[in-house]
Amino acid sequence: MEYLNIIFQEVYKILFLLVPVLVSVAMIVWLDRRVWAFVQKRQGPNVVGPFGLLQSLADALKYIFKEIIIPSSSNKIIFILAPIVTMTLALIAWAVIPFSATQVLADINVGILYLFAVSSLGVYGIIMGGWASNSKYPFLGAIRSAAQMVSYEVSIGVIIINVLLCVGSLNLNDIVEAQKNLWFVIPLFPMFVIFFISALAETNRPPFDLPEAEAELVAGYQTEYSGMMYAMFWLGEYANILLMCAMGAILFLGGWMSPIDIYPFTLVPGALWLILKILFLFILFALVKAIVPRYRYDQLMRLGWKVFLPLSLIWVVLTASYLFFFNLLPTN
Amino acid sequence: MIAHAIFFYIFSFIAIVSAVMVTASKNTVHSVFFLILDFISISCLFIMIGAEFLGMIMLIVYVGAVAVLFLFVVMMLNVAQQKNQWFASKESSRHIPVGLIISTLIFFELIIVIGGWKYKPDLFDLNNSMTNFNLSNTHSIGQILYTDYIHIFQISGMILLVAMVGAIVLTFRKREGVKTQSYLKQISRERSEGVQIVEVETNKGVKIDD
Repeated sequence: MEYLNIIFQEVYKILFLLVPVLVSVAMIVWLDRRVWAFVQKRQGPNVVGPFGLLQSLADALKYIFKEIIIPSSSNKIIFILAPIVTMTLALIAWAVIPFSATQVLADINVGILYLFAVSSLGVYGIIMGGWASNSKYPFLGAIRSAAQMVSYEVSIGVIIINVLLCVGSLNLNDIVEAQKNLWFVIPLFPMFVIFFISALAETNRPPFDLPEAEAELVAGYQTEYSGMMYAMFWLGEYANILLMCAMGAILFLGGWMSPIDIYPFTLVPGALWLILKILFLFILFALVKAIVPRYRYDQLMRLGWKVFLPLSLIWVVLTASYLFFFNLLPTN
Repeated sequence: MIAHAIFFYIFSFIAIVSAVMVTASKNTVHSVFFLILDFISISCLFIMIGAEFLGMIMLIVYVGAVAVLFLFVVMMLNVAQQKNQWFASKESSRHIPVGLIISTLIFFELIIVIGGWKYKPDLFDLNNSMTNFNLSNTHSIGQILYTDYIHIFQISGMILLVAMVGAIVLTFRKREGVKTQSYLKQISRERSEGVQIVEVETNKGVKIDD
């Protein structure tokens, strides 16, 4: 009976986290399209519901009622598994995101490593989908994406080391608490910029959307997918983008901390601050999509390995020596 | 405790079955996927014994990077089409003795290590390494690795670096006739040197100087 109670409590908590995440993923798709349209002086989706807010819901309904086509020469099990893997990995990472000092599903010691691990696993959904389709364009997209995500993960890892040097803990709540006086975006501003660009590459967003470059590869790894399976890829991708925004907000923008630590601001719940910061980062993501042209693939690789990796490594040395010589290394 | 045992058996069952499937499955790409499943269940086991740092590093390094490269190579070489016929074909059956020798070696090594750990506790002096059990395991690994074993740690790092440089030197070759692009030149191009505005006369055409 006791176990059942625990399970029910956990399921209740998980639902309370996952349902808002899924709804906000749908809303964020609408926001993305709206921002994109406004930059280009268009209206964007504005017909379904007030301001077109229900557009994603209508799209989801359309996807549900469409037929799922599985190519006859595809590897069926892996073909079906791929969108499931993408979606699952995008959602389980939310377990460690702290919405306030107490509102976190799993307050684990190695939270940031968990986030990093799950986001680096995200590449499997894409590789599986691309390979199992047994078709040229998806395969090329999958290969591109594998190389791209592995490359940019490296610099994201080094950037995380930078932040950890200042915090002295792998726990996400500790990382947020360490920014009580000063958000890390100020002392580590170059790292924030590199993190942002690497996050764009890690989530296959424009200008690094080469895995699904529609001009060359039709739709990349999603070419053979249809109906609900395509929608799951799509939702997983946006959930990943939100996750990277949340990661950026926690690492650099003080997570659930209010910007100013005085009376009226501290009344606002931490979750709201976190959501506002995620939204801010997401609007930046959407703006980048609208204003920057796509990178060439060799330039993408060069940027990852020859520019970002050395820069972030040098910054690790700088941060470490600064903290060491001014006796600021965190101790506990 | 019962829940703990149940989870342990689930993960170890998945680990063993997927390890067997790595060698048994016909399709090489499937083998790699089973290898990934194996890695994941092993890291779950690590987390269950409280070594969450090791488990996460296992996920990041092996599943997130090494296995991706494995998969990458296996897919690129197109070995998926070659069916695994280790026991069926004649040429491949000569690999079996080598494999047997290596696996018996590994088996005996494991028996020596595990037996020593079980029956001769002073084989490893855990007491001398000043492990503080109050710290999280990330802290304690760091405290041991960067103090008592710093030289060994740095030497292993150097060995890895040498191996990396060696691999690059071995595969690097200067190819002739490759058109390289200078990024600096491409980026620093300005409108004045790229575009030329010419008044075109009708029926005369225009001559552009390069």
